[in-house]
Amino acid sequence: MGLTLAEKVWRDHVVRSADGEPDLLYIDLHLVHEVTSPQAFDGLRDSGRKVRRPDLTLATEDHNVPTLNIDQPIADPISAAQVNALRKNCEEFGVPIYSLGNAEQGIVHVVGPQLGLTQPGMTVVCGDSHTSTHGAFGALAFGIGTSEVEHVLATQTLPLKPFKTMAITVNGTLPAGVTAKDIILAIITKIGTGGGQGYVLEYRGEAIRALSMEGRMTICNMSIEAGARAGMIAPDQTTFDYIEGRDRAPKGADWDAAVSYWKTLHTDDDARFDAEVVIDASTLSPFVTWGTNPGQGAPLTANVPGPDDFEDASEKLAAEKALAYMDLQAGTPIKNIKIDTVFLGSCTNGRIEDLRAAAAVLKGHKVAEGTRMLVVPGSVRVRLEAMAEGLDKVFVEAGAEWREAGCSMCLAMNPDKLTPGERSASTSNRNFEGRQGPGGRTHLVSPAVAAATAVRGTLSSPADLN
Amino acid sequence: MDKFTVHTGTAVPLRASNVDTDQIIPAEYLKRITRHGFEDGLFSAWRKNPDFVLNQPQFDGASVLIAGPDFGTGSSREHAVWALMDYGFKVVISSRFADIFRGNSGKQGLLTALVDQDVVDQLWKEIENHPDTKVTVDLESRTITAGGLTATFDVDEYVRWRLMEGLDDVGLTLKHVDTITEFEGKRPAYKPATA
Ligand code: SF4
Repeated sequence: MGLTLAEKVWRDHVVRSADGEPDLLYIDLHLVHEVTSPQAFDGLRDSGRKVRRPDLTLATEDHNVPTLNIDQPIADPISAAQVNALRKNCEEFGVPIYSLGNAEQGIVHVVGPQLGLTQPGMTVVCGDSHTSTHGAFGALAFGIGTSEVEHVLATQTLPLKPFKTMAITVNGTLPAGVTAKDIILAIITKIGTGGGQGYVLEYRGEAIRALSMEGRMTICNMSIEAGARAGMIAPDQTTFDYIEGRDRAPKGADWDAAVSYWKTLHTDDDARFDAEVVIDASTLSPFVTWGTNPGQGAPLTANVPGPDDFEDASEKLAAEKALAYMDLQAGTPIKNIKIDTVFLGSCTNGRIEDLRAAAAVLKGHKVAEGTRMLVVPGSVRVRLEAMAEGLDKVFVEAGAEWREAGCSMCLAMNPDKLTPGERSASTSNRNFEGRQGPGGRTHLVSPAVAAATAVRGTLSSPADLN
Repeated sequence: MDKFTVHTGTAVPLRASNVDTDQIIPAEYLKRITRHGFEDGLFSAWRKNPDFVLNQPQFDGASVLIAGPDFGTGSSREHAVWALMDYGFKVVISSRFADIFRGNSGKQGLLTALVDQDVVDQLWKEIENHPDTKVTVDLESRTITAGGLTATFDVDEYVRWRLMEGLDDVGLTLKHVDTITEFEGKRPAYKPATA
């Protein structure tokens, strides 16, 4: 029997395998940030161990960093302590780091791909669940906890049990105005926040093939919101074209050798998945969440559902709680929901293409009275590229705030937060209670919907602007 | 890591499903750089409500948490496990755990005991009626006993062995350092480096 993409990448990284024990898997790239690493470095120090492969490890500052006045010391003493601890640890253990102010600084999942460090067939880990983003390149990439971070630092390996595999096939073509974000929100609503649990998801089909690398990253990014450990997309010419010429991409003969290996990285025709889901792209439309987990979503044109729309008792209860928290009435047209803050950014939708999509909608319009819009590029490079294209001017002229790179309001560890009761339309990936600030209410949307929402002040699609 | 064979303690019934790690410990607390002292962050948003179950004096000192399905979803933050352990929990019982949370728990020595939802329902009822019921979780025989109730639970065999032996993962792996070095010698030249 043939192998799936995930199984091929797994097979090529097994250092050691023994009956009744997890496989020991080699890790090609370990990304590190300030939040989940200090205790891991502490662990190394406690036990007198070193970082085995600093040259396969890369640190960046993203979760805590401010997006204003970055030339000044970080005001919040706790954030400053965490960032300083990372700098100190990287120096002590010889790990390369892109600090605030460096041209390569940014969200860890934006930085890896744009450097060309994320490549097909690699194993990529990071102490962050959205490491699944890198699966867009046909890498097996997943989030790990802090003790696993310590384990990888010390050994460059991880003991792991094989995952099950699930194919998610998106057939057909997307209607105009429907984006990668809408696909993944619709998938999560369909299979639920636990639907992918224990699986590596492989996204396949015509609609996936047609996506850019940015779109593929958006999809793989949110695999974790369906409960999956990782999401993958087989590499193809789109992938190779994205990587070629980037800083850390293979060059010359290495490039040829790499590409001929990468071309073998697809699921064999006779391989078997443990589960399969099929979606018809032509039925999709702009999608938003109304509740407090990413599986509580609906088409933008729908009404807010009520507990009675769910059969399962725990879903009913969850809907009831979510509506109370979100302060929404069942039956309200989603498009009538008024939005206070629009957040464009994060590792889901903070890449150049996302900024372009939002700017295209925003151009010639103004952000509505009573609504604020925050634009936070995913990395310094994205920021500079956007400025070279004049996108920053489009945002500023529309009345949006143009910020420095970082995670920002995606998780509100820096000063960018919602106030209690404030409602956002956010291009990030989590609408959990308080995720964007205590008491804040989040609706997840695509960049195009975010921009249209900013203009109208209520949840809207670009088509509503005409 | 301490060895885990049998634990006996009182329990807290947490009647909630889909308890994500942002609820277990909000992002705020992730700014700390130490490994201990996270008990104040545990369910901190919910604990502001005086009716929240952890605020009820009859559940003081409990060391077994009985939660609804999909416990520990969302962010991979290991702080969720530290917070539960720092607060004094040794065991979480649920009918479904998020993968990363479960993995993190096993590494720290927090036992995640997987049972059918009807066992959770019975435990909830038992504990709510008799908060001083002692719950015994036996990792050797994989059984939970509480009042008149006895149930078996599921736990990964390898995690069980490590918990019972109290073994540290890194040390175990470093026993195979030569195999790792050998593997490294065969990695293709085109694989990227960060420095
Ligand atoms: S942007 Fe959000 S989801 Fe992505 S790494 Fe940062 S905090 Fe995590």
